[in-house]
Amino acid sequence: MIVDPSADDRLDRAFMALADPVRRRMIARLSRGPATVNELADPFEISKQAVSKHIQVLEQANLVTRTRDAQRRPVHLNAAQLEALTAWIDRYRLIHEQQFRNLDALLARTDTERKEPS
Amino acid sequence: MTNRVRLTAPEGVPFIDIVREFDAPVDALFRAHAEPELVRQWLGPNGYEMDIEQWEFATGGRYRYVHKDGKGGEYAFNGVFHVVRENDFAIQTFEFEGFPDVVAIESLTFTDLGDGRTRLTIHSVYPALEARDGMVASGMETGVTEGYDRLEKLAAGL
Repeated sequence: MIVDPSADDRLDRAFMALADPVRRRMIARLSRGPATVNELADPFEISKQAVSKHIQVLEQANLVTRTRDAQRRPVHLNAAQLEALTAWIDRYRLIHEQQFRNLDALLARTDTERKEPS
Repeated sequence: MTNRVRLTAPEGVPFIDIVREFDAPVDALFRAHAEPELVRQWLGPNGYEMDIEQWEFATGGRYRYVHKDGKGGEYAFNGVFHVVRENDFAIQTFEFEGFPDVVAIESLTFTDLGDGRTRLTIHSVYPALEARDGMVASGMETGVTEGYDRLEKLAAGL
């Protein structure tokens, strides 16, 4: 088990990138094959700039790459990085992330109940 | 800004350390661990129904729960609460029944940070490195499905 700090940073970026529902749907789309920015933007009612920004975040997290294919510049999924995320420690961590977010939500709910007793 | 979980599995020792802060007072975080109706709402991976058979979060108490995937897959866990001190500290054992007799000892520390914030620190000790890596890896299969679909579904549930 190698837990070097740079790997940790890399994972942090990947987890942050995947914390956004739009970016998760982009990853889901790319898992079926490369797509252009326009194709990626299609299902969303957000500006093309916003879409480009999301792609940039995914690129910085090394989850996707863009080829220099003149105008098209299709976006590809970086399968190796996704696979790295499925190593057991990362899956374990992903589950804890999710679990603790559920706990956050629960704590927020019980806090509201306390402040506004029904 | 979501609080981030720090999870480390140091090399050469069979430990797992988890540190996470919460925007909630210590008594609320403790209650979320103590009351089974609350525990059911957050413990374990998304997409699984959690059936708590027993949950007595008190010194000498026991727990057993089953995660059900709705397709016949069931994953049971059990242990004892060795010590529980309110709003402060607990030690529990943890056994995935798919790997019987491989029992981890988990220490949970609840630290009041003031201003309604609390830090949860979990230190898990496994009987051997192989037990930590192997059992946890297999145990975590309960939370995920095959290949990219796995990650997609899991990430979508975040």
